[in-house]
Amino acid sequence: MSELTLTVMRLGFLAVLWLFVIVAVQVIRSDLFGTRVTQRGSRRQDTRPQQNARQAAPATPPQQRGQQGGGRQRRGAPTKLVVSEGTLTGTTVALQGQTITLGRAHDSTIVLDDDYASSRHARIYPDRDGQWIVEDLGSTNGTYLDRTRLTTPTPIPLGAPIRIGKTVIELRK
Amino acid sequence: MSVVTNTTTIGAIELPSRRNTELLLLGFAVVIPVFAYLNVGLAIDGKVPPGMLGYGLGLGLLAGVAHLVVRKFAKYADPLLLPLATLLNGLGLVLIWRLDQSPRIIARYKTFSPDAPNQLMYSAIGVALFLLVLMFLKDHRVLQRFTYISMMVAIVLLLLPLVPGLGADVFGAKIWIRIGPFSIQPGEFAKIVIAVFFSGYLMVKRDALALASRRFLGLYLPRGRDLGPILTIWAVSLLILVFENDLGTSLLFFGMFVIMLYVATERTSWIVMGLLMAVGGAVVVGSFATHVQSRVAAWLDPFECLKTAPERSNMAAACDQMTQVLMSFGSGGVLGTGLGQGNSDLIGFAANSDFIFATVGEELGLTGVMAFLLMYGLIIERGIRTSLAARDPFGKLLAMGLSGAFALQIFVVAGGVMGLIPLTGMTMPFLAYGGSSVIANWALIAILIRISDTARRPAPAPAPSPDAEMTQVVRP
Repeated sequence: MSELTLTVMRLGFLAVLWLFVIVAVQVIRSDLFGTRVTQRGSRRQDTRPQQNARQAAPATPPQQRGQQGGGRQRRGAPTKLVVSEGTLTGTTVALQGQTITLGRAHDSTIVLDDDYASSRHARIYPDRDGQWIVEDLGSTNGTYLDRTRLTTPTPIPLGAPIRIGKTVIELRK
Repeated sequence: MSVVTNTTTIGAIELPSRRNTELLLLGFAVVIPVFAYLNVGLAIDGKVPPGMLGYGLGLGLLAGVAHLVVRKFAKYADPLLLPLATLLNGLGLVLIWRLDQSPRIIARYKTFSPDAPNQLMYSAIGVALFLLVLMFLKDHRVLQRFTYISMMVAIVLLLLPLVPGLGADVFGAKIWIRIGPFSIQPGEFAKIVIAVFFSGYLMVKRDALALASRRFLGLYLPRGRDLGPILTIWAVSLLILVFENDLGTSLLFFGMFVIMLYVATERTSWIVMGLLMAVGGAVVVGSFATHVQSRVAAWLDPFECLKTAPERSNMAAACDQMTQVLMSFGSGGVLGTGLGQGNSDLIGFAANSDFIFATVGEELGLTGVMAFLLMYGLIIERGIRTSLAARDPFGKLLAMGLSGAFALQIFVVAGGVMGLIPLTGMTMPFLAYGGSSVIANWALIAILIRISDTARRPAPAPAPSPDAEMTQVVRP
């Protein structure tokens, strides 16, 4: 058998072997399963860019101060708010010391598209120790923490569901 | 920057079963070994090897049947595990057949019998076991019932080679048992059984091991009574090391236990303790057992050791093999000498089992070695992905344990052959000659496929929450 044929076969074999590996890696890439992430709110940004800018500007400095404060971020403190049920399922908001307002009003941090929610329904804010508090703002249908209707500002345990109409929110690490 | 613009919605993807992808890759995985077979035949005899059609059909048939059974019994299984295992097994068969053709190896034995037909038979048995596991193990959680039984079975399997009359001392290592004409390596099967025990045990005890601990020097030290199991496993693996002279198996079991402890408890202290105990044990045993000593000498400086070792001693043999292996890897270079054109048969004894990776290194070069390591890496990655995706803690731990054992075995063999760690007599999964190894590894892949099928199966819709009604009323 000629030298040339064998060389071609040798290189061809290595190429085929690598082709298999590459195809297998491609399969893994197309096989990332579990969840699909779709960007939301780009439409909202287009229609009301100024509002967002206004909201963002004052919110930024305290966030950074809160992060750099050092020691205030206790172990096990929640770092994000997650909407786990309702039309906004999957929305997350990073908790960085800012007050989060919930309701149907357009200037809420989380705008609830929910017939059972009031326009200014509830707010979630950190108290002086960094503990996150939920307060009902006199809504019609009420805000529920676990299964009890809120009457006073209440600290939120990690992972406890806060129900507002069809929406369920929880704090996570 | 604004919070609103960063929001995303996360929804579940309707998962395809991906069986057709698997079929495509499987076809590929059958064609590549046939190509390799043709290449070896042309390089050695200058003509198309006579058995090519039969060999290709045989491999294709095994792969086809396996695919059909997976399609029927594990519809949502991972699409990569089966093709990767098939390809490695097929290429292993070609490499063994190639070494069977070597005149040097034939001349070594008075009565030479080719190993490739045996290996083909073992592969068929392995695939049959794969099919049986898929057909009869409908849910891997059934294995959880056998937690403590599997502990006993594993210890019996591990200690079986020590039984006089049953165990066989093959070139220093007592890891074989001989039943009639067959010799079996029970350690290979114990690997799977003990993974079942570890998963069942750790699933129950993980909280006690993770939380009831004291902090000392930045490490979480477990309570004394929780140390019991890790000490027992350590003792058993040391026993294997001392009495069976088998560094590989003992490293595999201890390492697997440490990996699973770490995964179950998320405590780094277990890894630190495990490494310390392993090093301590290895040093103590290494300074006593001569078998281990010769391996260490061959690892530190094989060429020097070849000169100084007494003629015809065990140590000389070990060093000679090691030098041949290193020369083999070296002469392969980047692109290799081409299949059937290397001299890796100079390794002589165990060239087609423990040292088969040297043949890959010589004839396919660094490029081929990397491709093989990546294929093993992909199997391990799929195993760990399965473990991440599994919904039950037992399945998570079992998938992790099995892929951890697989990874450790490859590290121990490849590292040993390449001179990174002292050589231990273990087999490269699927590639090396050895019935027990091939059969056990097919069973291992079957269990991984079963777990991945359960993990990737679309979850049933959650039951409506009874709390939902309370907040969804319009009050006057």
